[in-house]
Amino acid sequence: MAAPPRLSKMPTSPHRRQSTIKGYLVGAVLALVLTAIPFGLVATRTLRPIQILVVIGIAGTTQAVVHLRYFLHLDLKPSSQNKLIALCFAAVVLFILFGGTLWIMFNLNYRKM
Amino acid sequence: MTDAVVTAGHGDETAAETAERAIDEKTYGFWIYLMSDAIIFALLFATFVVMSHNNADGSDRHTLFRLPHTFAETMLLLASSTTLGCSGAAMAAGQRWRTLIWLGVTFLLGLGFVTMEISEFYRMAAAGAGPWRNGFLSAFFTLVGTHAIHVSAGLVWIVLLGCEVTLRGLNPFVVSRLYRFGLFWHFLVIVWIGIFSVVYLPEIL
Repeated sequence: MAAPPRLSKMPTSPHRRQSTIKGYLVGAVLALVLTAIPFGLVATRTLRPIQILVVIGIAGTTQAVVHLRYFLHLDLKPSSQNKLIALCFAAVVLFILFGGTLWIMFNLNYRKM
Repeated sequence: MTDAVVTAGHGDETAAETAERAIDEKTYGFWIYLMSDAIIFALLFATFVVMSHNNADGSDRHTLFRLPHTFAETMLLLASSTTLGCSGAAMAAGQRWRTLIWLGVTFLLGLGFVTMEISEFYRMAAAGAGPWRNGFLSAFFTLVGTHAIHVSAGLVWIVLLGCEVTLRGLNPFVVSRLYRFGLFWHFLVIVWIGIFSVVYLPEIL
């Protein structure tokens, strides 16, 4: 019976190589900027509401990508390929469910007017 | 969760390779869980958007939310993401106590966030704007409440991980658990980005 794996050497999983403080700080600065833009616009109301909504949408989507890249270490390297595929699948399901729900419900709303 | 995962049929592997593969498999499984959680949140978002016009009682909703409050909550979560990153970097460098200290800071920031959410829920309910009032508020409390429950579960998880790091040190399995916790926490911050972009900012606007 072999002894349980008491490892002298740490397994070198991808995340161990990527955990540098610099990446997190870059991500944090980008996230701060992308948060400050929509909050600042809503606080000052410098644009028309519909324009502000568009900016909120763009900033939010970009920030989600920044978080995936810098905090969840998702990139285009082969080591994250499986995760990326799962994410793409989830995105498709998410789009069908979210978009489909809104389409059906607002269409229903419109027809009942 | 057991440390020793025995999977037959992978030929001649060293113990280190077996352990590494087990960790990779767990991480991938956890990622699949996160994706399914994302779908739950997407449906709650869809429900919220559909219900957001259903305030048939005509209650005033533009005074419900306060921008500084939401901004402070966002800053707490962003800061906690960064401190958790610092913890991850300390972990990668094998510095056990620094890892623990940053985990502690992350816990405090997360606790601050949950406290702010609970105080907001309490203030709204006390003002008569509870989830029973109308469809919009039901959907709001379901969506933001689900997120708050996730963050609270994350806080319990941090405490357990802190105990484990203290007692067992940074062995590969503890490290991989910390890594999965990081995925969970950063994922919750992404959901929060969705919440302030879809719920708070348009409502305050």
